[in-house]
Amino acid sequence: MARVVVDVMLKPEILDPQGQAVQRALPRLGFEGISDVRQGKRFELEVDGPVDEAALARIHDLAESFLANTVIEDFTVKVESEDVVAGAAK
Amino acid sequence: MTARIGVVTFPGSLDDRDTQRAIRVAGAEPVALWHKDKDLKQVDAVVLCGGFSYGDYLRAGAIARFSPVMDTVIDQAKAGLPVLGICNGFQILTEAHLLPGGMLGNDHLHFICRDQKLRVENADTSWTSDYAAGQEIHIPLKNMDGRYVADRRTLDELEAEGRVAFRYLDFNPNGSLNDIAGITNAAGNVVGLMPHPEHAVESLIGTGRTDGLPFFTSILKKLVNA
Repeated sequence: MARVVVDVMLKPEILDPQGQAVQRALPRLGFEGISDVRQGKRFELEVDGPVDEAALARIHDLAESFLANTVIEDFTVKVESEDVVAGAAK
Repeated sequence: MTARIGVVTFPGSLDDRDTQRAIRVAGAEPVALWHKDKDLKQVDAVVLCGGFSYGDYLRAGAIARFSPVMDTVIDQAKAGLPVLGICNGFQILTEAHLLPGGMLGNDHLHFICRDQKLRVENADTSWTSDYAAGQEIHIPLKNMDGRYVADRRTLDELEAEGRVAFRYLDFNPNGSLNDIAGITNAAGNVVGLMPHPEHAVESLIGTGRTDGLPFFTSILKKLVNA
């Protein structure tokens, strides 16, 4: 089994008030030198069977039509190797 | 014979009963529609009402947009069926790409509930013909994700074609671009807005005025005269 990660972010030109609220809190917490924060969503998909080109194409369609609204958001699709998945589970 | 107007109930819809009541007050016959049912029961128009369908999970309206009833609503809206989306219904219409742009969280990050002043910018749609262009109305607004956004080209197109149907007056309650409270598709049969006309159809409740009633009398006249 392999894990495919879909990251969804608001398009750069769209205001992200949640990210701004996080950024404004940073100096109060003693974190300096962070000029901008943008908040997004991460989806971890556990895929049955091989993550081949066909599977990735299906996940790309899923991300484009459902996980992201491409009117307001951008997305990326990444395959995490099985080692990474196993390591992360420890 | 009067017009039959469907009101869809999704899991998490809140204003289906108020919307049915507003339709009845206007003199039309409300027809309850169910999210799992592709059948629109031969209604003459459909209202997607307010609430938090599917808990607003993923994005407001994103899951409702893929419900069985929406397959039929999307097909028929493209063929000319009048559809009004109020609040969550507006969000569903943008997610379904029946209306351009998208809806995001209010810029101040809080839920807001207030009597809102609007200007009717387009009185030529199926749902606004009983207003006068430029008319100012007060109807309730209550939402978390009311910030209308679209890219510059889409905004310019909406403005140039007169497709901004309603604009916030005096106060922009959610950071919507160009103070947009509601828009229409090019054909004028699909209209969406964030404020709630169905809560302002009787003088006893809402804003104490009946400023929302013309939505429902507009569509009734259009359907009965058709």
